Amino acid sequence: MRKYTPKDNVQKKSYYTDRFYVVPRVPRSEVQSGSHFADVVNSLKKFVRESYVELGQLIIHIKSTDNIKVLEILKDKCGYNVCSELSAVDYLARDGEFEVFYQMLNMSEAKRVRVVTRIKKDEAIESVVCLYKSANFSEREMYDMFGIVVNNHPYLKRILMPDDWVGHPLLKTYPLQGDEAASWYEVDKIFGKEYRDVIGPENRDPAKIDRYDTKRFSRVGYEVPFGADISDGEKENDIEYSKAPLVDYTKSQKQLDKRK
Amino acid sequence: MAQHQVNYASSAGLPIVLTTVDKLVNWGRSNSLWPLTYGLACCAIEMMASGGSRFDFDRFGTIFRASPRQADVMILAGTLSKKHAEFTRRLYDQMAEPKWVISMGSCANTGGMFNTYATVQGVDRIVPVDIYLPGCAPRPETLQYALMMLQKKIRRESANMNKNRKQNLRLI
Repeated sequence: MRKYTPKDNVQKKSYYTDRFYVVPRVPRSEVQSGSHFADVVNSLKKFVRESYVELGQLIIHIKSTDNIKVLEILKDKCGYNVCSELSAVDYLARDGEFEVFYQMLNMSEAKRVRVVTRIKKDEAIESVVCLYKSANFSEREMYDMFGIVVNNHPYLKRILMPDDWVGHPLLKTYPLQGDEAASWYEVDKIFGKEYRDVIGPENRDPAKIDRYDTKRFSRVGYEVPFGADISDGEKENDIEYSKAPLVDYTKSQKQLDKRK
Repeated sequence: MAQHQVNYASSAGLPIVLTTVDKLVNWGRSNSLWPLTYGLACCAIEMMASGGSRFDFDRFGTIFRASPRQADVMILAGTLSKKHAEFTRRLYDQMAEPKWVISMGSCANTGGMFNTYATVQGVDRIVPVDIYLPGCAPRPETLQYALMMLQKKIRRESANMNKNRKQNLRLI
């Protein structure tokens, strides 16, 4: 069985304990001179801290205070007239920062640019609704899910969760099954707090697998007949493997495990 | 046709049928179960199919009503999110007595695969449920069977609603 690791802060306590595990990363390439992306980087020269091409998309890192100016240039001079997505990534545990990104699309060139910036936990970011109307809902969602305040937004209000919700669900510190307020939300709202005792706590499915449950079918190599008593341990059954492997595991550098 | 005419007064006695008030009222209630047009998620598609001509709910006297004031049954078809729970309860409260609830599908029964912060873990936390209908999503036949089970349940009940003690008293 896999070792239990607390999941309350997924980033701090790493899931992987393999010392040699290297997180796979999308290959980055340089911006080729003379290309469309080179012109984009050139016209944003003042603001660009770092730029590279990833999966055919240009990534530009900027300062968070420059976001309006950068998007204005992208819109007016480079033809990026669609802001298809805008959101944030929680890197609070690792860097103490959020990463805010703007995914831009140029319809005539069929090119995409991602503008990436970093903000500290209690920092606010300037709204881009004045440039892109589509940013309105995205920024509300960003506020709802991460608690990032957006300055000069026309109507900064939660969009997915109810207005009186406690917490911001997409933060890595927010438990998947909800905190105390979340688990009693509907009961408190409809019946009142005094009804908590009457209705009782949520009965959530833990998806627990009992080893002594002989109805199971997935313990390969240790199958037993239905209803058999296995309190003294189960007999191992030989598994017939085909001689010709479908996947040649010896080719990969990483050893999977000690199974045949 | 005149040769088949029955003269009740002389040949077959008076036109009287003996029954109980309970049976008569329940006959009416169980054969005109009007559900609320209220779908929450993908189960609602199956619920709509049940209402359509192939599966034909109308032959049970089950006609979808667009107002809770005219509805007798609430079919909770789909995932109930915590944000929406308040409105579901309000619709249930707006329905006139007698009223029944069918919880349709895994999500409505237990929260299903949505073991998350935003989903109500079983609609019986909100409203008293009469029939739990398993499946993901249940086929229209299953919904029809659930409705027939509900009809059976109603036929066993008393016409006096005060005598019908719901299992889930805490939520009434």
